[in-house]
Amino acid sequence: MIGLQHYLVVSAMLFVLSLAGIVLNRRNLILLLMCIELMLLAVNFNFIAFSRYLGDETGQVFVFFILTVAAAEAAIGLAILVVLFRNRRSIAVQELNTLKG
Amino acid sequence: MLIQSILFYVFAGVMFAAALGVVFSRNPVHSVMLLVLTFFNAAILWLMAEAEFLAIVLVLVYVGAVMVLFLFVVMMLDVDVEAAKRGVSRYAPLGVGVALLMVVELIQVIWLRSRIVETAGGFMPTPEGYSNTKALGAVLYTEHVYAFEIAAVILLLAIVAAITLTMRKRPGLKVQDIAAQVAVRAEDRVRIVKMNAEKKQ
Amino acid sequence: MYGYYLIIVLAPLLAAIIAGLAGKQIGRAGAHWVTIAGVGTACVLSLLVLRNLFWGGAESENISVYTWAVTDGLRMEVGFLVDRLTALMMCVVTFVSLMVHIYTIGYMHDDPGYQRFFSYISLFTFSMLMLVMSNNFLQLFFGWEAVGLVSYLLIGFWFKRESAIFANLKAFLVNRVGDFGFILGIAGVVTFTGSLDYAEVFASADAVAAQNIEVIAGTPWNAMTLICILLFIGAMGKSAQAPLHVWLPDSMEGPTPISALIHAATMVTAGIFMVARMSPLFELSTTALAVVIVIGSITAFFMGLLGIVQNDIKRVIAYSTLSQLGYMTVALGASAYSAAIFHLMTHAFFKALLFLAAGSVIIAMHHEQDIRKMGGIRKYMPITYWTALVGSLALIGFPGSSGFFSKDLLIEAVRESHWHGQGAVYWISYLSVLLGVFVTALYSFRMFFLVFHGEERMDAATRSHLHETPAVVTVPLVLLAIPSAIIGWFTVGPVLFGDYFGDAIQVHSAHDVLKHMGDAWHGSFALLTHAVLTPVFWLAAAGVFTAWFLYMHRPDLPATIRRKLSGLYTLLDRKYYFDDLYIKGFAAGGRSFGKFLWQKGDEFIIDGLMVNGTARSVGRLAGVMRQIQTGYLYTYAFAMIIGLTMLLAWLIWLR
Repeated sequence: MIGLQHYLVVSAMLFVLSLAGIVLNRRNLILLLMCIELMLLAVNFNFIAFSRYLGDETGQVFVFFILTVAAAEAAIGLAILVVLFRNRRSIAVQELNTLKG
Repeated sequence: MLIQSILFYVFAGVMFAAALGVVFSRNPVHSVMLLVLTFFNAAILWLMAEAEFLAIVLVLVYVGAVMVLFLFVVMMLDVDVEAAKRGVSRYAPLGVGVALLMVVELIQVIWLRSRIVETAGGFMPTPEGYSNTKALGAVLYTEHVYAFEIAAVILLLAIVAAITLTMRKRPGLKVQDIAAQVAVRAEDRVRIVKMNAEKKQ
Repeated sequence: MYGYYLIIVLAPLLAAIIAGLAGKQIGRAGAHWVTIAGVGTACVLSLLVLRNLFWGGAESENISVYTWAVTDGLRMEVGFLVDRLTALMMCVVTFVSLMVHIYTIGYMHDDPGYQRFFSYISLFTFSMLMLVMSNNFLQLFFGWEAVGLVSYLLIGFWFKRESAIFANLKAFLVNRVGDFGFILGIAGVVTFTGSLDYAEVFASADAVAAQNIEVIAGTPWNAMTLICILLFIGAMGKSAQAPLHVWLPDSMEGPTPISALIHAATMVTAGIFMVARMSPLFELSTTALAVVIVIGSITAFFMGLLGIVQNDIKRVIAYSTLSQLGYMTVALGASAYSAAIFHLMTHAFFKALLFLAAGSVIIAMHHEQDIRKMGGIRKYMPITYWTALVGSLALIGFPGSSGFFSKDLLIEAVRESHWHGQGAVYWISYLSVLLGVFVTALYSFRMFFLVFHGEERMDAATRSHLHETPAVVTVPLVLLAIPSAIIGWFTVGPVLFGDYFGDAIQVHSAHDVLKHMGDAWHGSFALLTHAVLTPVFWLAAAGVFTAWFLYMHRPDLPATIRRKLSGLYTLLDRKYYFDDLYIKGFAAGGRSFGKFLWQKGDEFIIDGLMVNGTARSVGRLAGVMRQIQTGYLYTYAFAMIIGLTMLLAWLIWLR
């Protein structure tokens, strides 16, 4: 019987995977952005699951808006990536270190 | 019910495998493709949870637009595939360890030590004639209309920002500057010089 | 009388300050005149005080001059207690000091440190007077330390000599060991009686003797025994009793006048004086008295043996001093305090005389001190010869000399001291003082014959310069020879048997050997005529005969004996290995322990581990922690995630 906990576990695993991906990412920036998308997906899972469990539509509305914002953010992120590539000729994460935090 | 469980596990497994592939794949194009696969499976899972509107939206908007965008950029950038195949970072074991620990912890929280699950883990049954789209619409345009409008503004913002960031002027490109053309003055173009007429020989 | 006391104490001090600080300005003659004036005044006034007390029938005076501090009920004062014991000591100290001052004019004539020397010996006189005239333990200790300090300065007077510096440090350190015990004893006195003043302490002595103290938990010791033993340890250091005797022979590195003044007559007798002064305390503890008598016996006999093998003229006399101090200590231990003080007085005269005579010989021999290079000096220095003979005869106890009276009666007092029981303590003490007579005669006449008689072993150059020393040297010799010869006859009766000391010295009736002997006392003449019947006389005669036989009649024999008894000779030559034990054992052990503490404790642990180690650890830790600051945002994000994980773990499992 598939219930709330299954969806939550799936969500958790996706989330942790994307987290690992962000942290262990040494290759390129695009992978970073993709992991962010994965993370948002995991969060969406959570919302959907709870929305169905509680019978309240609000969760799904939230997912709607998350999708919107995620799309906007992906667009802007990629734009930044393109400009960065133009200037630095590289998207390897290690080499982008002149703005040390 | 059993078929439902099996389907769930199959699609969840595929999705998870695809997600793994996204993170650990060497080729960025492969990563994007696998991400697309992940989203598809996610959409199927959402369908099984009777959130069909969002499942379709996921496929249309997310996969159709955002992932394609990703693909454009990946293919457009001259990524050095060879260099991308770098070894494992120093933090790999630590990162994997932390990730596993987190998974274990989260499972503990949401399942093993959760009080809700013992009572009733199942979803609320949907009434007859329930349409997910209709229900969503009913809520979206009444209670959350303000947020809806703002979401539209955010999208506009994204467009403007993306264009502003990436637009550049290339040297040597012949473009028309309309504003300059419109603002031309006659004195800048023509100069009238008085001259005597020459006698015809 | 109070004014007299102040002048007696302050005149030498003032002279010392003037000669010390203004030495260059007043010149040599000025230095010696001002100090002789100071000490001379003190001497004359001391004699007046004595006359007042003894013949004038005056009472003893206990005066507080100045209260230095009062803390927590404990009064620390400067004061004078002048009774007959004090008066006797004052006279001895000032008289011998005056003789030495005059003698020094001749002895140190060519020395560049002339004024400094006079300043020091005057300062010494001041310190010794403060010690003997004190009426409380604090001033006693002040005088004690001050004489130790001046002794250090004087032993190392020729400070450019390596051996002199070694000797003065040795003297100071060994004295310090004694002082450690002494100050523990004073602390004990303060703990149990709450006062430093003699009068108050003596008054509560019985109460203290009834108490026990547990220094080591579970073993109670009698408080008075402990205090007395600790005070005696101080006396052991100052009066050079075994095993704290090692500094005295080395102190011969100092000029001969101070050997006479400090290490024969006065400073070393401070310990004897102190025990006699503390007789009300010592009488309450038979254990302490047993300790005193045994230590004294060991010193008296074994130090005398060492005198036989010495070749330096001053060392022979030094070991003789050690042995005679042992005699005085034995007398103290037998509760014959008066006999000890009497012997102290006579010994001061004849020992100072012997030292000054030795100095006279040394001057004449151009500072040659080895008796193997002397001989037959009798012809060249008659005054020195006769005075030295008087001194030697007094030392061996020749009937009629002052030494005879003091020594014989001392030995008899020890013989009568059956109150120590019939066991080991009694026989050790009696046999050692008895056999010591033979040894004393042997070494003193060995030295006498080798120096003044026999064939002349010095080289021709020295012999041509041999003549009698100037009057400033010989007059003190004569002035000291007179009391060495005759003072015993007159003073023995009153001092030993005539209640001279009065309340100054208290003896329990059970221990009172002198009273017992006093019942049989028929006067000095009677003692003299009975002399030939005593074993002491025959032992002394045997000693002189042996010395004559070995060094005059058959001078080849000593070398043969030495060869045959080489083991015994080595033991004596190495001074029973005491010096080796102290220098290689304690001193080297202390140095290596200090080195260990320095290298391991200070440098390694404190500097290395704690101070530098802490800094290094901080640096190293910082070096590790620094690597978190990579500048990359994902590292920071990772750190945040780790933190989140930890928090989650805590919430799930540990709460």
